[in-house]
Amino acid sequence: MENGNSIVAQLQARFGTDTFKPQSTKDDILTLWMPHDKIKDVLAFLKHDIPQPFPLLYDLTATDERTRKHENGHVPYAFTIIYHLLSFERNSFIRLKVGFRDEFPTVQSISSLWANANWYEREVYDMFGIRFSGHPHLYRILMPRTWVGHPLRKEHPARATEMGPFALYDDKVDLEQAALQFKPEEWGLQRQSEDSDFMFLNIGPQHPGTHGVLRIVLQLDGEDIVDAIPDIGFHHRGQEKMAERQSWHTYLPYTDRVDYLGGVMNNLAYLMAVEKLAGIKVPERVKVIRVMLCELFRIASHLVWYGTFAQDVGQLSPVFYMFTDREKIFDIVEAITGGRMHPNWFRIGGVAQDLPKGWETLVQNFINYFPKRLKEYDNMVMKNSLFKARTKGIGIFTLDEAIEWGVTGPNLRACGFEWDFRKKQPYSGYEMFDFDVPTATNGDCYDRAVVRVAEMRQSLRIIEQCLKNMPEGPYKADHPLTTPPIKKNTMHDIETLITHFLGVSWGPVMPFGEAMSCIEATKGANGYYVTSDGNTSPYRLRIRTPSFPHMQMLPYITKGYTVADLLSILGAMDYVLADIDR
Amino acid sequence: MEEAAPNYFLIIGGVLFVMLNVAAALIWVERRLLALFQDRYGPNRAGPLGLLIVAADSIKLFFKQDWIPPFADKPVFILAPAIVVVTVLMSFVVIPFAPGVIVADLNIGLLFFLAMSSMGAYSIILGGWASNNKYSLLGAMRGAAQMISYEVFMGLSLMGVVLLSGSFSLVEIVEAQSGLWFFIPQIVGFVIFFIAGIAETHRLPFDIPEAESELVAGFHSEYSGMKFGMFFIGEYMGITLISCMIVTLYFGGWLGPDFLPPVVWFILKTAFFLMIFILLRASMPRPRYDQLMEFGWKILLPITLVNLLVTAGVVLWVKE
Repeated sequence: MENGNSIVAQLQARFGTDTFKPQSTKDDILTLWMPHDKIKDVLAFLKHDIPQPFPLLYDLTATDERTRKHENGHVPYAFTIIYHLLSFERNSFIRLKVGFRDEFPTVQSISSLWANANWYEREVYDMFGIRFSGHPHLYRILMPRTWVGHPLRKEHPARATEMGPFALYDDKVDLEQAALQFKPEEWGLQRQSEDSDFMFLNIGPQHPGTHGVLRIVLQLDGEDIVDAIPDIGFHHRGQEKMAERQSWHTYLPYTDRVDYLGGVMNNLAYLMAVEKLAGIKVPERVKVIRVMLCELFRIASHLVWYGTFAQDVGQLSPVFYMFTDREKIFDIVEAITGGRMHPNWFRIGGVAQDLPKGWETLVQNFINYFPKRLKEYDNMVMKNSLFKARTKGIGIFTLDEAIEWGVTGPNLRACGFEWDFRKKQPYSGYEMFDFDVPTATNGDCYDRAVVRVAEMRQSLRIIEQCLKNMPEGPYKADHPLTTPPIKKNTMHDIETLITHFLGVSWGPVMPFGEAMSCIEATKGANGYYVTSDGNTSPYRLRIRTPSFPHMQMLPYITKGYTVADLLSILGAMDYVLADIDR
Repeated sequence: MEEAAPNYFLIIGGVLFVMLNVAAALIWVERRLLALFQDRYGPNRAGPLGLLIVAADSIKLFFKQDWIPPFADKPVFILAPAIVVVTVLMSFVVIPFAPGVIVADLNIGLLFFLAMSSMGAYSIILGGWASNNKYSLLGAMRGAAQMISYEVFMGLSLMGVVLLSGSFSLVEIVEAQSGLWFFIPQIVGFVIFFIAGIAETHRLPFDIPEAESELVAGFHSEYSGMKFGMFFIGEYMGITLISCMIVTLYFGGWLGPDFLPPVVWFILKTAFFLMIFILLRASMPRPRYDQLMEFGWKILLPITLVNLLVTAGVVLWVKE
């Protein structure tokens, strides 16, 4: 925190000593409340002027504070806007909060400060009804345009039974259809230039190239893309709203379905935050088991990306080979967890069961088998000259642009920046492992592929180390909040029995506080920012996903390319619609 | 061909029958082979080895609702799929399957083939235009551009063969190969014709007018039922035609050792090239449309011209 003190000192020197109020949190991230008339100045100062600046807007979200339990309500506000910034040089986050007392506040927009603030602010508007003054396109982003209400406000119903029966009248059909009509003028797009009429082409929501329900409206001059407007939200399930109704324990299966290719990796991101709240230190064996499964899922996810990317540029066969290999990973995952894509296997304070007998053989077989296949894929895909022609020099962005747009993960490393949260801010025992962080230099579609392919090899190295050095010990932490609790003493003393009973029936009661996690997920930095008001379910849970800012960057990197290149760019981006929309 | 006259209708009927069945059988062959290359089973449920998938597919195509989108240009929309089948079938008129087994030995057979395959471009353009759909239109535009550029050196690449044999008649071209198959002296011409042939039939890697991952189904996005079936059959007959032409022009047509009848040699050779087409589909990514054009105009066209020049020079030199 000596680092943090210097930031506070610098901020106070610039903006006055009474401007900032620090708050203590469970995750040791410097948290400061700032007044709402200085948002832009403070953030601009942190981005540009402070020594060792915070160039990445990691997340921007809000909380409805109105129904917090009174005894914990040291926040006298109705709504809070929360900014998370990341400094690479300091290797630390900073959290800035602004409180508002109005029911429908208006906030200074920072979309002119960070390119990726645009979508985040739209999301906050959509979910909370908070307006941003100076925002260029403050429309709904996840909910349909015709939606009434703002879902993450506490007064908005969370269950279907509270909403009343759904009926689709003819008028409503017309209304919904009209709302889906694309109006170029809304986005400041011209219908024609001096010498040609533009064509507006709807890619999606049902299209073989978008890998999910994504709609992109292209402004085309011939086949050249003049501009592109992604329309997301078709996969929105209200993950953040659902968390407010689930217990801390029963929310776990929902996390599996955020980045549905990442499997248990999502559990980990959530649990890292929850365990910080609960103050649980997990045993070594748990850490290594978790790392092993996460890396297996990283390979599985990259294999899906690899195959579908090749298919996007017209290569039909690799996807079959790669899905076959993914099945081999799922065989291991199935043997260990019983599930495949969504095993829901990590638990608060541990994992669901111990590793089964014979898991070593399965993992060893895969380690022996997989490198040969990777080499084969290199020859088939990466060294293919047509593949190179389709991906080299396409969709380039520089490192500065990547940071400006909030790009993380392999896409960031393809710009030549060695930033991996597993190395920089090790979690779950990654500091014990020996692995490299692959990077590439050009930041084009091909380099993004190079990084991912190299990452699979590194993941394999990590899995091998897990196999060789799996520590002995319990698979659950000995802590009252471990869920399901350890049953050892329940039949011997009444206190343990009661704790056990309540932990299983109500679910664990997390102590008051807030914490954020940040893990290197398959697609980039994934984080859960959880707020507890000392209850059995989260008061507010925010999921920061990597695909959201990546997709936001699409218009910027597709301009001037052709429709065919768009598919290369989408393929190389490696997004999952559930990860964008949540 | 006076002695062939009595068999005239038999031959036409035979060629039609065989070709339509080959196209149908290719449904099965392609799907099984692709599956083989991709570590899958492919259709193996209906009938022995899944052969009845052909029947199932045809029944499905025939009995699907014959849907014409209300926004389409109806007459053109109907005409387009017919063109592709008609032009390809017409091209088979000049193919000599065996001595005497040919519908019409035109003395301009080769030119007739080129003319007919160029006409095939109309089906793509008209189909894409009449669908009144943006994806179809993009596909049609790409198709037109691709066809036009590939026609040019497809024709030129064949001129080497014409120089060597001194004739446009396909029967005479085959007979001229009795000493040496033309793929040896004309290896460059063969490779270029093969590439142009893939582009002509718009198969992967040159399936740019369709480009599934980009344009949904390209020029035939709006087609369904048997109208789609016509495009489908047209494509299969197209690759059969190109395979037949490769065999006729470069691999000695029906010529082969005597232990097999000529027509069997022809079929075997053609089948080999059909499988190459399918293997290509399984293995290659798709270049971008402008890359394909660049490749055509900047690389293939000059090579073709040089090939033609060298061949002409050699022929002249040998004659003197």
